[in-house]
Formats: sequence, C-alpha cells, structure tokens
Amino acid sequence: MTTEPAGSGDRTGIVDLLRRMHEIRFFEDTVKDWFSRALVRGSTHLYQGQEAVAVGVTAALGPGDTTTCTYRGHGTVLAQGAPLDRAFGEILGKAEGLCAGKGGSMHLTDLGVGALGSFAIVGAHLPISAGAAWAAQVQGTGAVSASFFGDGAVNIGTFHESLNLAGVWKLPVVFVIENNLYGEYSPVSTTTANTDLAGRGASYGMPGVRVDGNDVLAVREAARTAVRRARDGQGPTLLEAMTYRQSGHSRSDPGAYRPAGELESWLARDPLLVAERSARELGVSQEALDQVRERAEAEVAEAAARAQAWKDPEPDARFDHVWMAR
Amino acid sequence: MTDTLASRPLVQMNYRKVIGRALADELAHDPRVVFLGEDVGEAGGAFKTTAGLKERFGDRVRDTPISEQAIIGTAVGASLMGLRPVAEIMFADFAGVCFDQLVNTLAKYRYTSGGQASVPVTVRMANGAGAGFGPQHSQAAENWFLNIPGLKIVVPGTVPDMYGLLRSAVRDDDPVLVFEHKNLFTVKGEVPAEPDDAHLVPIGVADVVREGGDVTVVATQQMRHRAQEAAALLADRGVSAEVIDPRTLVPFDLATVAASLDKTSRLVVVQEGPPDGGWGASLISTVCTQHFELLDAAPVLLASDPTPVPYAGVLEQASLPDAARIVAAVEQLVRY
Repeated sequence: MTTEPAGSGDRTGIVDLLRRMHEIRFFEDTVKDWFSRALVRGSTHLYQGQEAVAVGVTAALGPGDTTTCTYRGHGTVLAQGAPLDRAFGEILGKAEGLCAGKGGSMHLTDLGVGALGSFAIVGAHLPISAGAAWAAQVQGTGAVSASFFGDGAVNIGTFHESLNLAGVWKLPVVFVIENNLYGEYSPVSTTTANTDLAGRGASYGMPGVRVDGNDVLAVREAARTAVRRARDGQGPTLLEAMTYRQSGHSRSDPGAYRPAGELESWLARDPLLVAERSARELGVSQEALDQVRERAEAEVAEAAARAQAWKDPEPDARFDHVWMAR
Repeated sequence: MTDTLASRPLVQMNYRKVIGRALADELAHDPRVVFLGEDVGEAGGAFKTTAGLKERFGDRVRDTPISEQAIIGTAVGASLMGLRPVAEIMFADFAGVCFDQLVNTLAKYRYTSGGQASVPVTVRMANGAGAGFGPQHSQAAENWFLNIPGLKIVVPGTVPDMYGLLRSAVRDDDPVLVFEHKNLFTVKGEVPAEPDDAHLVPIGVADVVREGGDVTVVATQQMRHRAQEAAALLADRGVSAEVIDPRTLVPFDLATVAASLDKTSRLVVVQEGPPDGGWGASLISTVCTQHFELLDAAPVLLASDPTPVPYAGVLEQASLPDAARIVAAVEQLVRY
C-alpha cells in the first residue's frame, strides 16, 4: 500500500504513482504477449488504459485497508503492492503463484497487502468489501475497504444490495466504478437506463462523485476525500472514474464494435501521458521520467523471467486448500 | 453419555429454542462471533429462534435488509478480517437467491486464494417440508449443495444434536451450512443448563440411534424420527432395524454405515427431497461401489416424490416417506 504525505503536489508522490502505473502497463503488455503465444490458459482481462484508477485509489489507502476487485484485477492487486513475480506466477499457473496456481488470472489475491481478491463473477465482491468494512466497524480498527468494479456491474443485484447495506449501516467502504464505457461488448447506454452512474449514490444515501479516471492525481484526491469520510464514520462513497479499456474485453475480443476514432482519442489521453505531464508540471525532469519507465520495464521483465522459471504445481496439490484439514 | 456429563444439570428445551441457546453460548464464548440476517435482531427471527440475542449482544447482532446476496457476501468479507460470522437465510429455499455467493464465493474462497485464508462462516437455514409452507418454502435444500466441494453440511434432527452441531459449526474454520428442520421445531430434548463444551457434537460423526441386526435404516432430520417410529413398529413384528442418523452430510461418516452393514447386509435410505441427485442416492452409490461385498440385497432409497412440495396437508403428507412406507420397504427387503 502506498502512504504519502498529504497534498498531491510533491514530486516523490507523482514519481511513485508513475512507477506503479508503468509496472502495471508493462505487466499487462507481457501477459498479452504470453496469451498470444499460448503460454497462459483460459481467458484474461487486461487493464491497459485504466491504471490511474487502481493506482490513484490505492494511494489514498493506508496499512490495514483492503480492496476487492474484478477479474480485470491485475492492476488493482499490483497497485496495492502484490509482488510482480508471484502475480505472473499465478497467471502462469505456477506453484509459487500468489494462489498456488488455484485461481489464475481472474483470482489474483494477496491478503498480505490487503488485496482480498479478484472475483470472477460480476459484482460478487461488492458485499465482500462491505463485510470487511463491517468487521472494521465491529472491531473499531478504522480500516476502510475499497471495491473496484466496472460499469457493467451496476446492473447486477449485488450492486444494489451492497450499496444499500453499506449506506444503511454507514460502512467504511469506497465503491469505485471503473467506467470504461463498455460492459463486455456493449456500450453503457445500451444496457443502462440512467448513464449518470455516480448519481446512483443518492439512492443509497451516499455521495456520488465523478472523476477523470485517467488523471491519477484527480483520482487520488477524490479517493482521499472518500477514504477520510469513511474513516470518520460518515459512511460510504460512490466514485465513478471515467476511463477507457484500451484492449478488448478479453483475449478473444478485438474491440471491433468501437466507433472509429474512439480508441485514438483515448490513447491521446493515456493515463501514463497525463501523469507524466503532471510530473513535468511539478518539476520532474524528462530524464527522471525516462528512468522511472525504464526501471519499471526492467523490473517487470526480471519478474516475468523468474516466474517462468518456477515449477508447475505437483498434481497432488489439487487436493490442498479445499478444506482446512486436507 | 459419560458419568461426568450425566452428573451435570440438564434442562428440557425444544428444537426451535435450542437454536438461540446455541448461538447465545457461542456469542458469549468468542467475541469474534457475530450474527446477521433478516429480522434476526429486534424481531428475534421469523421463527423466534433468536429472540433476546440483540438485547444481550448488541451490535454483534445485526438486522439486514432483505438482501440474501449481501448477507452471505458480507459474512464472507467479515470472516476474512478475523470475525466468525453466523448468517441466517430465513428459509433454505432462499438459498437460491444467494446461490452464487454460497457456491462461488463462500465455498471457493479458500481454494481460489491458494489457502491464504480460512472462511469460518456458518450459514443457518430453515429447511424442509411438512409444515404447510408450500412449494417455495418447504424444500430439503441440503441436497443442492452436495457437489460443491468446500461446504460442510450438517442436518441436526434432535435438540442435543442441534445444540452441539450448531456450536461446532460456529467453531469450525471451514464454511458450514446448518439446516434447521422447521417441522421439528416443537421436538423436545435436553441440553446442559449452563454452557458446556462437553456437549459439542463433532461434525462428521454419525449417531447410531437404535441398534439392530436385520436392516440398516439411514435417515436425517424429520425422516430420522419417522425411521425410529418405523423401527419400533418393526420390532413388534420381529424385525430388528438399526437406525443411523448421519447428522452431517459433508463430510459423511461412511464408516459407521459400513460397520452397520457388516451386521445387517441390508440398507434402506430414507431421504426427504426428490430421489435424484440427493445424499441418499450418493450414499447408495458409494456403498455399492465401495462396500458391495457387505450387501445381501439391492439397497432401497425412499425419498419424497419428484414433485414440488404441495401445499394442501393431504398432498404434502402423501409426498413424503412416512413410517408405514418405511415399514413396508424394510419388510420387503428382509424377505429378499
């Protein structure tokens, strides 16, 4: 988890945020490459383009705070501090993967850093964050839980049930909609009657805040307000971060349904470009920015190489972890 | 029972009230235990099983909105942070509303995370037919969960078993589904007057309810009582039936059933709920594939009719195995 001095203007802060965003970008580029070479099984859901959301929100969290996220969750779990190599290892199904090869791409989990997990059923994790927040309330720990989900999840029952429960119990949760404009292949407007998703907060007695999800400093600022509110016992917040999924929904999706020019206009507002611009405005040199990117690239490559060298699980390991006692 | 246990004072209580008693004892025993569900607090539960808990344990007992998915998911999330939640689903039939949370989240969290956490959640549900609640409030829902690895399933049929198994469930580090048969709410039995760990009933251990040598009758909950009734009638006719109540369906105590078959060589399973895909069919399959040498005759499965549970008393009773059908099945089997 990232903890920083208050105020969004310090140089080390933006550099740290950029480093994490680069790591996630290189991580996802690597996973995409592995998929194209059939090194990874099943499906995967990539996060390129949305890095500012996970990095900005987790930067507002502190020790003891938790997150839950979706099957497009590599970025969130890494942003919270999960090790790159063990995340790669899980996606490769290795014994040393975060989940011992039991979960794969859609289930990255690292309780050690407060990442309660990636959940592969749309919306299933919203009540998990509510429960973590309830525990914080019962135990008086002051911990906050942030739940990340896509625009598609606002139409599933757990969204309603969890936001309502959190609202009525005043739970310390931050609900983060990553509005990337598409639920799987369908544009939001074709599936959602009221596309003012942040506005739904009012239905559950909580503030609804829309933020530029490609601007990591703006995301962090909005998240800080929400986290502070949660920690102070004032209850949950619904954040809607406007962003864009640069890859398709999953590896089988080239994204052909997107209107011409849409991808290009979002690429021009790539969260990495936006963050680098912010850094330059804060006085960080281009040379320093290049070093951050190059170092992230090297660290990701080293982690990938380590993970690829790890062993597959023993076949007998499939019987582990069903029950406490095997 | 040992002398030590027998010397401690017992009180009589019915099956409905012992649920609240077991919960109270666990809430008192462990500050990590919390309890949530619809109308479980201020109202004391739809069946008044949990009356008084809110007053005694305050904020650790929470009334929820009518939101079964949130109830189970919230319990799971709280368990990951060190609590030991007990969640009530008012009627077991409503497990359908939160089936995803039960089978995809609760059952699999430990596995998908590679064993990073235990998920010590207890889910209590009012189960079963016979009380006239109609097709959507009367199912024997335990059978829905049999092929979901990761969920323990207990089906107490008596007051001491409810007391001891519910307390064991709350203490178990795996998820446990506890089915409370609502047609047994008025059944009476004895439990210790004061909280007493000696009365915990271990999960996964069957109870030989009645010893016998001619036939083994395996039954749970309401059917266990009907099997006992049948065994008494059979004794009058010179047939000695051994009655076994598994009490836990997952993990199943096959050894106790096999030991009984070693004596009797004949098996009748009485299962509430339609015959296909239930624990009775599973048990017969397991016995046939693993202990065929013990059998002298084909096992018999008596189950509810393969229909929804009807409302009218005549229809509902006709749809369920009763003592007369058990007697008839046993008499035919012992003649084989």
